[in-house]
Amino acid sequence: MTERASSASDGADAVGFGEPLVEIQNVSKHFPNEEGMFSWLSFNRDADGLPIETGREWVRAVEDVSFTIRKGETLGLVGESGCGKSTLARTILRLLEPTEGSIYFKGTDLADLSGERLRNTRKDIQMIFQDPQSSLDPRMKVGKIVEEPMQAHGMLDSEGRAARAQELLEKVGLDPQHYNRYPHAFSGGQRQRINLARALSVNPDFIVCDEPVSALDVSIQAQVLNTMRDLQKEFGLTYLFIAHDLSVIRHISDRVAVMYLGQLVELADKQELFENPTHPYTQALLDSIPVPDPRADGHRGVLEGDVPSPIDPPSGCRFRTRCPELITPAEYDLTDAEWERVRSFMRHVKRRDFTETDPDALSQRYFDGQIPSGDAGDKVSAAIDDIAADDWDAAAERLQNAFAEQSICAREEPDYEVDPEYGADRHTVACHLCRE
Amino acid sequence: MSAPLLRVDDLQVQFFTEDGVVRAVDGISFDVREGELVGLVGESGAGKSVAVSAIMRLVESPGRIVGGHIEFKGETLIEVERGDDGESYRTDATIPDGELRERIRGREIAIIFQDPMESLNPVFTVGGQLREFIELNRDLSEEDAREEAVRMLREVGIPEAAARYDDYPHQFSGGMRQRVLIAMALACEPALIIADEPTTALDVTVEAQILDLVDELQERYDTSFVWVTHDMGVVAEICDRVNVMYLGEIVEQAPVDDLFYDTQHPYTEALLDSVPRPDETVEELNPIKGVMPEAINPPAGCRFHTRCPDAREACKTTNPDCRDVTDGVTEHRAACIKHDAFETTYEGSPPLETGSGGGFDVSLSGGETDD
Ligand SMILES: Nc1ncnc2c1ncn2[C@@H]1O[C@H](COP(=O)(O)OP(=O)(O)OP(=O)(O)O)[C@@H](O)[C@H]1O
Ligand code: SF4
Ligand code: SF4
Ligand SMILES: [Mg+2]
Repeated sequence: MTERASSASDGADAVGFGEPLVEIQNVSKHFPNEEGMFSWLSFNRDADGLPIETGREWVRAVEDVSFTIRKGETLGLVGESGCGKSTLARTILRLLEPTEGSIYFKGTDLADLSGERLRNTRKDIQMIFQDPQSSLDPRMKVGKIVEEPMQAHGMLDSEGRAARAQELLEKVGLDPQHYNRYPHAFSGGQRQRINLARALSVNPDFIVCDEPVSALDVSIQAQVLNTMRDLQKEFGLTYLFIAHDLSVIRHISDRVAVMYLGQLVELADKQELFENPTHPYTQALLDSIPVPDPRADGHRGVLEGDVPSPIDPPSGCRFRTRCPELITPAEYDLTDAEWERVRSFMRHVKRRDFTETDPDALSQRYFDGQIPSGDAGDKVSAAIDDIAADDWDAAAERLQNAFAEQSICAREEPDYEVDPEYGADRHTVACHLCRE
Repeated sequence: MSAPLLRVDDLQVQFFTEDGVVRAVDGISFDVREGELVGLVGESGAGKSVAVSAIMRLVESPGRIVGGHIEFKGETLIEVERGDDGESYRTDATIPDGELRERIRGREIAIIFQDPMESLNPVFTVGGQLREFIELNRDLSEEDAREEAVRMLREVGIPEAAARYDDYPHQFSGGMRQRVLIAMALACEPALIIADEPTTALDVTVEAQILDLVDELQERYDTSFVWVTHDMGVVAEICDRVNVMYLGEIVEQAPVDDLFYDTQHPYTEALLDSVPRPDETVEELNPIKGVMPEAINPPAGCRFHTRCPDAREACKTTNPDCRDVTDGVTEHRAACIKHDAFETTYEGSPPLETGSGGGFDVSLSGGETDD
């Protein structure tokens, strides 16, 4: 196998293990919202039958994300569907142009590269995607698939490429004899291995893996994960490993970043993140995973509601509309128990999941008959009166404005660092609970 | 103990394809008692979906139920026997199609599928579809059915249920659509709900919401469930008893705690060893060797012998049935000849080499080895 040292792009710009290889600085990616459900909803016509220009909406898919990936590590990026993981990955690969911010690879801004240097850098950064079916050309034999990137980068002669392809097939756990087969003859796990061999063919430093094992059965997942680890050790690879499955992330990562609605909410050493999760969203995510142990305590942390639209994300902390720990607005003098009740009432009114309208019954049900005194209590009472008058929208809005919007969570964007309990790596948390 | 609510006995389903006969479900037996949540777990292609669709006789062509007996509340949902000519036919005990559709499907047994979009019609409103279903199945007036539909939507946690009644399915998130299907399944207060991977396509936080809802509803209505999943975490959290499927057969059947803590079948063991854990860091995963062979031409003998770490020569010739292996201490069955319950030559039989290299040429089945 050709050693890394022989790769043309190495030399003066070589990066030592543990040093920053990729730096993502304040990267945002916004898409114009031209199609999809929201524009369909706002599709109005004026008197002449022409669509009314409703003003351009932007999907703020990734917003102001910064982090560093160190040489030789696996950085796990976890988050739920639609949170912006793949957009971020594609932006890092520069398959998408960032709206704002920069991506540095070995200290050089990728936007500044062109010509030969850009081609060399592209060779150093490879990718593997989720769907092993569609990412392989069905008309090409496996050998050619693996050789293609080498050919594109003018690496070796055709004999050398064939020899290297066979070597790589063996490395990823396939039979070199498979060189002349077509992809359809392979299982999902085997196709993902072909993808690995292909990505490795040009001797990259950095591989972006977007849900590489999500489509595979658990037993096959384990095989591919083990192989990826072995290859990392052997070739000194750096991975950005994207997944929605926290168990997989825990297995493969050195450090973990958690993403919610286009932003990073927490980033820490793997052990620190799993043993000392600090952001309420990370905690909810961890509490939600079903544990494969019937004797594990039955506690299931359940988040309420759905993820808001990235077109008009909440101000301040983007998680605040679902956060179970929203911070009491400073202007009210509420005990924790009182604040808990106010918040629960506010949620139920917003979701309109009850039909009771009698003020006494409501006060009894949501406040044990004791509406807080003072300013806060007046606002609650006014909302109860709104409901009695069957004006639910007014009640919901009144509560939102009086309470939710007054919290520091709605007013300032959180960005803190806490002392780690495990290891020495920085632990960053985007939550105002860390403000002391 | 009272008779089970649902009893599946020696069910066989085959697909008659151009390439040959696919033995998708090959003689499985299990039962479900009142108020119980019974799991059906296994890898892709094990036959879970085919098995549960057979309960409601929803197997699609070219598939056919070619054997077995399914009984629900003492009634025969299907009984298929093989005649002297070798052809299989339904016996007279089988209730007629019309009756199954009108009396049982939806009312007594409801089904929830993995993809809610397949079960909801995109051109009608969510509320309208639910109302119509209630109107048809519960003989309520349109107005009462509407009221009931809103109540059900609220019950399964749809926010602003009354306002969202007129939304179309695509305006709902995946989790909310799955809630609507649960509302629809519950609408007639059925005795049994069959759920085929209802949370697999959902994010974990949404899955947790749905699992919570199921806990809650089960407590309130005492509904029984057959829950299909490939996720051992989900099994551990919600199931009372579990059936593990491999290549068309049930290989282990046990109460959930015994399945995890007193595992009796090498496949179950291997499956448990191969999953990464969310609650602890596992340094080295222990994958199962190879991939599951095609159901069209399953291995002779024990179907797991091509991948089983405990396989011996004897496993190539004996196909073990799923039988009691714990002397009746608990209801624990396994299909593996290692156990004393099987009188075989396993003890003296030489070990088999599995998975290492040799499997490459035969349909690539051994190609996933890691060493
Ligand atoms: N319409 C069909 N025609 C031919 N074979 C079929 C058909 N439907 C299912 N099968 C076969 O039956 C077997 C069992 O499939 P089934 O869908 O029940 O698996 P499953 O356990 O539900 O898998 P998954 O976890 O992927 O949903 C497979 O071998 C499958 O290829
Ligand atoms: S900043 Fe406020 S809303 Fe956001 S996670 Fe922290 S407590 Fe919750
Ligand atoms: S019968 Fe043999 S091959 Fe089958 S599970 Fe038992 S030990 Fe393994
Ligand atoms: Mg299925």
